[in-house]
Amino acid sequence: MANQDKKGSAALLVKPNKKKIAERHHVENEEKYTRGSSLNAKKMKAGYKLKEKIRKQEKEAKEAAQAAALAERLHGEEAGYLEAEGMEKTKNFKQDQLADAVDINTSSKIFNLDLDEFGPYALDYTRNGRHLLLGGKKGHIAAFDWQTSKLHFETHVKETVRDVTWLHNETMLAAAQKKYVFIYDNNGMEVHRMKNHIEVNKLEFLPYHFLLASVGNAGYLKYQDTSTGQLVAELRTKLGGCDTMTQNPWNAVINLGHGNGTVTMWAPTMTTPLVKMLCHKARVTAMAVDPSGRYMATAGLDNKLKVWDIRKYGLIQEYSTKAPAASLSISQRGLLAVGWNSQVTIWKDIFRTKQTAPYMQHLQAGSMMNDLEFCPFEDVLGVGHQKGMSSIVVPGAGEPNFDSLEANPYQTKKQRQEAEVHGLLDKLQPEMIMLDPTQIGKMTRATKEEAQKRQREDQAEQAAEADDLPTKDRKRMRGRNSSLKRYLRKKERRNIVDQDKLDTMDQLQKLQKDQAKPSSGFTTLDIF
Amino acid sequence: MKIKTISRSSADYVRERSQDIHKVQRNLDPTIHPFEQGREYVRALNATKLGRMFAKPFVAGLSGHIDGVYCMTKHPHLLSSMISGSGDGEIRVWNLSEQETSWSVQAHKGMVTGVSAGVNNDQFLSCSTDKTIKIWQPSAEQGSSEPLETYLGQYSFTGLSHHRKDPLFITSGNSVELWDEQRSEPIQDFAWGADSYQTVKFNQVETNIFSSCGTDRTIVLYDLRTSKPISKMIMTLKTNAICWNPIEAYTFATANEDHNAYIFDMRNMKAARNVLKDHVSAVMDVDYSPTGQEIVTGSYDRTIRLYDAKRGHSYDVYHTKRMQRVFSVQYSMDSKFVLSGSDDGNVRIWKAHANEKLGIKDRRERTHLEYMDKLKERYGHMKEIKRIDRHRHVPVEIKRADHVKKEMLQARKNKDERRRKYDQHKQPRASERSKNIIGVSKQTSS
Repeated sequence: MANQDKKGSAALLVKPNKKKIAERHHVENEEKYTRGSSLNAKKMKAGYKLKEKIRKQEKEAKEAAQAAALAERLHGEEAGYLEAEGMEKTKNFKQDQLADAVDINTSSKIFNLDLDEFGPYALDYTRNGRHLLLGGKKGHIAAFDWQTSKLHFETHVKETVRDVTWLHNETMLAAAQKKYVFIYDNNGMEVHRMKNHIEVNKLEFLPYHFLLASVGNAGYLKYQDTSTGQLVAELRTKLGGCDTMTQNPWNAVINLGHGNGTVTMWAPTMTTPLVKMLCHKARVTAMAVDPSGRYMATAGLDNKLKVWDIRKYGLIQEYSTKAPAASLSISQRGLLAVGWNSQVTIWKDIFRTKQTAPYMQHLQAGSMMNDLEFCPFEDVLGVGHQKGMSSIVVPGAGEPNFDSLEANPYQTKKQRQEAEVHGLLDKLQPEMIMLDPTQIGKMTRATKEEAQKRQREDQAEQAAEADDLPTKDRKRMRGRNSSLKRYLRKKERRNIVDQDKLDTMDQLQKLQKDQAKPSSGFTTLDIF
Repeated sequence: MKIKTISRSSADYVRERSQDIHKVQRNLDPTIHPFEQGREYVRALNATKLGRMFAKPFVAGLSGHIDGVYCMTKHPHLLSSMISGSGDGEIRVWNLSEQETSWSVQAHKGMVTGVSAGVNNDQFLSCSTDKTIKIWQPSAEQGSSEPLETYLGQYSFTGLSHHRKDPLFITSGNSVELWDEQRSEPIQDFAWGADSYQTVKFNQVETNIFSSCGTDRTIVLYDLRTSKPISKMIMTLKTNAICWNPIEAYTFATANEDHNAYIFDMRNMKAARNVLKDHVSAVMDVDYSPTGQEIVTGSYDRTIRLYDAKRGHSYDVYHTKRMQRVFSVQYSMDSKFVLSGSDDGNVRIWKAHANEKLGIKDRRERTHLEYMDKLKERYGHMKEIKRIDRHRHVPVEIKRADHVKKEMLQARKNKDERRRKYDQHKQPRASERSKNIIGVSKQTSS
């Protein structure tokens, strides 16, 4: 009896572990904000200090993910949608029907620019979706703020313009003209002529690396750093001229579509493609990659539209198109726009399930499609076609809530200048472009012994080279390692003097003699 | 049909007046923020480089002493004051913010070997090789250049420490003696072997415990309540100085002749808690920061090094051509500055963190600096960042000495490994933390 009393009183003294207010079991959408799978410190084979550190880290990461998920309540806008009622189908709605049903603000975003003199138009939106750049094939370049209809400049360069792109913000743009690539100011003033980029078909700008990538008829992929002006890489694709290029926004890898139906992925530091995929039986005509870097849509001359999972390099779905698609674009919320002949077809949820009917359609009478691009952060698709440019409303295309610190459509001049400086400070190096950008900062799986062995071999090779001794030919792991190459390398190292070597030695001697001879130049003394 | 599109009104996104701040929208979705790791790595790299650019640790040098500065202590209650004693018997009270002497006195005829803060107001004590201990009060109305009390001893004193609350103090010399401020003779004599004692230090947390280190390479711990020594530890080389952790009651740091500083737990002295290596000559003095997390050591090799108490190597090293052998170091009580007293007679004020901005930082700056620190911590293991962060200029003699020391230690290690390889009876490797401790003995209650 007394014992029980004691227990009771003792229990009063000991308070049970109350859960802190901030600790929640699960918050909606929490998974979107976690990066990778969590570590279970209890099951790890590690010392108590490391376990405690990991446990704390995991707790903090979980709390951060939950806080980010809770912060979604502060989002001001919601995504758009278009739903058909009764017997209607969303694909049958025309733009003028939509214009009657939406507010003035949105209906003003539906417009048509009739520019039938200067050829099919290529277009580009800035990263914040505020400014639009048009480039007509026959030489017309125009840049304007399409939401307020304020024209920045309009010019005619009197030669072919094959592609146009904005650089890091609306103050600079690049145009791929007949022979070279030119960089213009937003007042239309030509700032640079890039004579390294010859006969360019497509331009892409990597915003976080400040790299301008170009590919042309010669089949060279060239990267130019627009902040330092340095030509970072010139890569020979060896697959002929190329006119289909897109960037993967998640890892900044450039995807090229070639005439033999292959899609190759490139990084500036590798002279060979990172990945080579055989996608179509005929030429690849259009490609698009979704913003999360997971899915790619390709279209080819074989009238097929294929959807791929880029992470696993597998085909998800295959569709037949009535004509080869001229352009593809994927919006921020995963809508796919296909431009073929004079029509635009928009598909919804195409990456998850096989779709039987498109989401929306748009016909641009009498004008062949050239270039499509979804406007970021807006429910708008820009269509560049033969007779000009039109802007159509696609509900549910754009991300409703933007982040002011990344891309701000309501940027003032000062904010734009600050953002430029911050962007330059955070500029990533071209060496950091890789297929999986999350690997930066992670440890490799190579064991310590292997790393030490490689280090010792490197040192031995360096020492041997310094002493001009024949080094032992070791098996190289990186790069192509064919047996022929190894044989040739071995042959080089030994002291073999054959006819080739004698010939080159003779040539060298002759060259040295020529250089040693005094140059018979005309000097002022010779007049006397 | 049911239709809704994104339709933003600029009133929600643009500020109303030019005096307002700009409206900021945030969306933390990772798809909108690509290249997280790459951008953070670049920011960490830039932060490391800026950290090295802004690393200007030297604040000021206080000159005034004629002979070398051999002992220093913190002022009893003023944050910006410090007391130093020099080799010619002069004691100065410095005002660190004005960087000048606020009070000085020719205290002793011999070298001042110890200064310690007293109990009341701004009283402090000093002991010297001229066999006297004196209590001073700089703010006394009449005759502030005369000591309040003088105590005469039998032999020259080498160290002094005052109890935190009671009017008691301990001196070291030939033996360790306990004095009462009201008595002119020591009230107790502690001795356990040893032929002379170097330093004594009272524990500031567990105020009845104090430690002493002797020339026979021992560290002895005593308890006032039992009036007996508790335990004794013998190391391979002599300890020069001891400092008790101001936060933890049982931890103390020692500065040893074998170029290392050790951190011990009083309860288990068979092995050190931590070994702080990096000096190339005997470590003369050690001091804890008021947070108990950082340690500053001053060494005979003309440098002072700053350590994190939990890690094994220094995070920074300070040296000047003008600073000769460092005999005393103190951490300031706001844990922002470090003071060094050296052979050349100057007391130097250094920043505890070399690239820290002094002065008030507003909230945005503080947040930014905290973010940069966290980034450096997360990406600090990467080759480029590590290389830039670790790079320090050290004098060429120290670099050479360090190189030679490393070579010799490596050679010994290789020999040891080879010997172990062919040894039939596998002996466990000697732990670095217990290698230099020869023995520990506890006082049995008699």
